[in-house]
Amino acid sequence: MENRFLITLEGLGALLAELKGMGRTLIGPVVRDGAIVYDEITGLRDLPAGWGDVQEAGRYRLEKRDDGALFAYNSSPMAWKRFLHPPALTLWKARRRDDGFRIESEAQAPPLHAFIGVRACDLRAIAIQDRVLMEDRFRDPHYAARRRDVFILAAQCAQAGNTCFCASMDSGPRATQGFDLALTELLHPEHRFLLEVGSEAGGRLLSRVPHQVAGEADWAAALQATENARAQMGRHVDTRNIKTLLYGNAEHPRWEETAQRCLACANCTMVCPTCFCTAIEDHTDLEGSEARRVRHWDSCFTSQFSHIHGGVVRAGIASRYRQWLTHKLASWQDQFGTLGCVGCGRCISWCPEGIDITEELAVIRAQDQNGAGEDA
Amino acid sequence: MTLDRRPRLAVWKFASCDGCQLSLLDCEDELLAVADAIEIAHFPEASRRSVEGPYDLSLVEGSITTPRDLERIREIRGISRTLVTIGACATAGGIQALRNYADIKEYMSIVYAHPEYIDVLARATPIADHVPVDFELRGCPVNKQQLLEVVNAFLNGRPPAIPNYSVCLECKRRAAVCVMVAHGTPCLGPVTQAGCGAICPGFTRGCYGCFGPQDTPNTESLAQAWLRAGKSGAEVARVFHTFNCGAEPFASTGKRHDPNHQG
Repeated sequence: MENRFLITLEGLGALLAELKGMGRTLIGPVVRDGAIVYDEITGLRDLPAGWGDVQEAGRYRLEKRDDGALFAYNSSPMAWKRFLHPPALTLWKARRRDDGFRIESEAQAPPLHAFIGVRACDLRAIAIQDRVLMEDRFRDPHYAARRRDVFILAAQCAQAGNTCFCASMDSGPRATQGFDLALTELLHPEHRFLLEVGSEAGGRLLSRVPHQVAGEADWAAALQATENARAQMGRHVDTRNIKTLLYGNAEHPRWEETAQRCLACANCTMVCPTCFCTAIEDHTDLEGSEARRVRHWDSCFTSQFSHIHGGVVRAGIASRYRQWLTHKLASWQDQFGTLGCVGCGRCISWCPEGIDITEELAVIRAQDQNGAGEDA
Repeated sequence: MTLDRRPRLAVWKFASCDGCQLSLLDCEDELLAVADAIEIAHFPEASRRSVEGPYDLSLVEGSITTPRDLERIREIRGISRTLVTIGACATAGGIQALRNYADIKEYMSIVYAHPEYIDVLARATPIADHVPVDFELRGCPVNKQQLLEVVNAFLNGRPPAIPNYSVCLECKRRAAVCVMVAHGTPCLGPVTQAGCGAICPGFTRGCYGCFGPQDTPNTESLAQAWLRAGKSGAEVARVFHTFNCGAEPFASTGKRHDPNHQG
């Protein structure tokens, strides 16, 4: 069965229009406030044509390109979780009655989304959040409702940013699953897109727009694009025995050193595509006749996050940074069977202080306290 | 006449600009509901009518700056079951606490024709330095939704849902692009308590720190980041020494980098 096709720029426009015509809200990359973020798009013309970005630890700048590429940017400050696991959500309301109170569900039909331009690292992140929020003992119905019918048009990376390390985490750069359609943008000799079909829904959509079967040369060009991205990968992590390495270095002096820099601002967890923690707030109206329960994103970098009876468990920043990093790469494996990091590099770029998770891991490995990271 | 059983609210002013108590009048849509649920017994900015104490809830705005303030705040504490301070003046001393870093006599002589008529304390200090405070609501000015939340929590006997983490959480929740990382704009957001909804970063401006330090503020790290980005010590000192110049660690970090305070 043919699985690789070519469409033109106009074909991509038609494809987006088809998705929109099916009642879907398109979420895709747009330039806003000096960055490429994911927001509602109306079609092809909203995409960041000719824009790229340069990222370093604690630094992000847009950069104009002269090739008109639509998908030549790196990780966005925004993760797709915003649309599957909303930053704030009213869970239910309760109304006081003479005989007690009645709970009223606030659940509304979630918007029918199509995600345009999901990267390989983010596909892995979505799969990880699926495991955490849908496939465990407690299923989050709000996430499940948003996740169920989403259409995913992936965009294969043809370049990597300086803070990217998906190759180390084995989550990229080439996306092989988790999408309905995956495009590789080819700029030469003419602007076109190689499309891989990942689901029946993807195949049905493609059949509704002009397309042709891709040739061997086109496929080779698409694979080469991904290889270019792999070669450009700006960061690297050695994941060998990483669980035992981190468990064995809980008292490593590096945690305190990094805490001198860490702002405990929580930006890393907000931009992380796998971080899923939330807090619950209860609100009442003035008469006390109606109560509302709201859930919003929380972070292990706040003091209240570890507040239990008697006080805050992680009072210092070192313990919070250690908790976050150790959970991502070690206890996540015990809990969910995978690593919790996909190598998107957002926590590096969007840390105002530029703390680099790959550097932290390298230092801990280089100064391994108990030989915990060595092969048994 | 039937006995009014609604909780009694009093609003008090010390050295301040009135902006925080104005936030209560700003609650236009909710004001009637507030007035239904509580008896606004003493609120000179809103009404000349004043009912004698004691009061169930006192909202106190402003900082302590005169010997008379010192007496008055003790009297108010004595007639208030619950005392909540509102705004940067009341919780940190306010912009007028800048005088804590200068010689009050020296500039009184410059500002006033007859400084001998002025009877002030050498320092402007928060209310909690003088009497026990049940809750401090931050902001310059306070956020009216947060003010309602505190009044509401008091009425319903529950803790107020007022987070003390950084502005960055609110900034990211509203999908704002980080102005420090993407534009190189100095921003106090990482060390400042949330509550405003990240208004300034939401409009591509750096945070001015109106809500004072967050619960674990690493101000020195942020100061170093700005120095590396080319800001001077005087500039670092100035951003930390505004409305919350009296709150630690904004106070000490600003002082540490102020060239006028070194040597």
